[in-house]
Amino acid sequence: MNLLSLFRRNNSAPVARERLQILLAHERAFVGKSDLLAILQEEIIAVIARHVTIDREKVQIKLDRGDPISTLEIDVEVPSVAAAAALRRMDRSMPAVAT
Amino acid sequence: MATVLVVTSGKGGVGKTTSTAALGAALAQSGQNVVVVDFDVGLRNLDLVMGAERRVVFDLINVVQGDAKLPQALIRDKRIDTLSLLPASQTRDKDALTAEGVERVISELREKFDWVICDSPAGIERGAVLAMRHADAAVVVTNPEVSSVRDSDRIIGLLDSKTAKAERGERIDKHLLLTRYDPVRAGRGEMLNTDDVLEILSIPLLGIIPESEDVLRSSNIGTPVTMGNPTSAAARAYFEAARRLKGETLVVTVPAERRSLMGRLFGRRAVA
Repeated sequence: MNLLSLFRRNNSAPVARERLQILLAHERAFVGKSDLLAILQEEIIAVIARHVTIDREKVQIKLDRGDPISTLEIDVEVPSVAAAAALRRMDRSMPAVAT
Repeated sequence: MATVLVVTSGKGGVGKTTSTAALGAALAQSGQNVVVVDFDVGLRNLDLVMGAERRVVFDLINVVQGDAKLPQALIRDKRIDTLSLLPASQTRDKDALTAEGVERVISELREKFDWVICDSPAGIERGAVLAMRHADAAVVVTNPEVSSVRDSDRIIGLLDSKTAKAERGERIDKHLLLTRYDPVRAGRGEMLNTDDVLEILSIPLLGIIPESEDVLRSSNIGTPVTMGNPTSAAARAYFEAARRLKGETLVVTVPAERRSLMGRLFGRRAVA
C-alpha cells in the first residue's frame, strides 16, 4: 500500500446504487411489455414501408435508458431512388397549395 | 392459524436454502411447529443442509402425485422434535409438480404446523412460481450486489402478481433478508449498504445476516447455524429475524463476531 492509496477511496457502491435505480425504474415501467422494442420496430417499419420501399435489414433501433430522459433512436436507410419516387407520388396525389 | 412463508430471491446462490434452514430451526427452537419444504425439484439441497440426506424415502412429488401419504414423506428432525422437513425429488423434474397437487399438500401442511416454510428454487420459472403460489408472506433473500438486487426486484413483482393472495386482491407481506453483508466494506462505500438496498427495493427489513465463517461450517456438518452455533453472529441475526416474523418489533442491527484475544491477534476465529 502506498501513501496515495490512503487518500484514494474505492467508492463503487454509489455507482452501483445509481445504476440500479435507473435500470429498475425502466424495468418496472416495462413489466409485461418486454416486447416493446420489437413492437415499435414492426409498427414503425410498417408505416414507413407504406410510403417508401425500404430494406428491412437496414433498420436499426437503439434505446438508451437514462435519467431524467431516455432516447429512442431509429435509423432507417432509404435508397435515394425509392425516396425520390415516393416524393413524386406524394406531389401528384396532393392538391396544389396556394402560397 | 398457520403461516405459509416462501423464501425466494430470483438469483441463485444468495442463501435461500441456508436461510430456510436457519429460520425454520430458529422458529422451531422457540417452540413453534415448523415444516420446511424443498421446492427445488431435481436439485434438492435442503435435506443436505438440514443433515437429513440419508433419511429421505418419499418426497414432495410422491405426495403431490398421491404415491405416498404426507406423514410418510415428512422427516422429523432428530435434534428438535417440532421441526420437520418435506424433501424435494432428486430424480424427477419440475413438470411433475401440479398446481392442484401443490395446493392440496400446502393446505394439508397448514393443518399440522404453525409455520410452512417453502424453499424456492432460483429463477422465475414454474418451480419458483409454485413455491410462492400459496404463500401468506415472503422472505426475499438479497445480497448487497447489483445482480441480486435486480433479481429481487423482479421477484417482488412476481409476488405482487402471481401469488394466489395477489390474485384475490390481497397484499402479500414481503420481508427483505440481507445476507452475506460485510458492514466494514459497506461502511467504506465498497458495497451497497442497507439503506441503499432498502431504498431501491422498498420492502421492510427482516434482518441483516453478516458474512460469516459459521454459515459454511454449519452446512458442512448439516446443522442449521442457529442449532450448531447459536451464539455466532449469523445465528443471532437469524434468531432476531425469526422473532420479527412472529411479530415482535426489534431494532435491526448487524450482529458482530465475538472474537477471542488469540483470534484477534492471529486474524481468525479461535476454534470453539
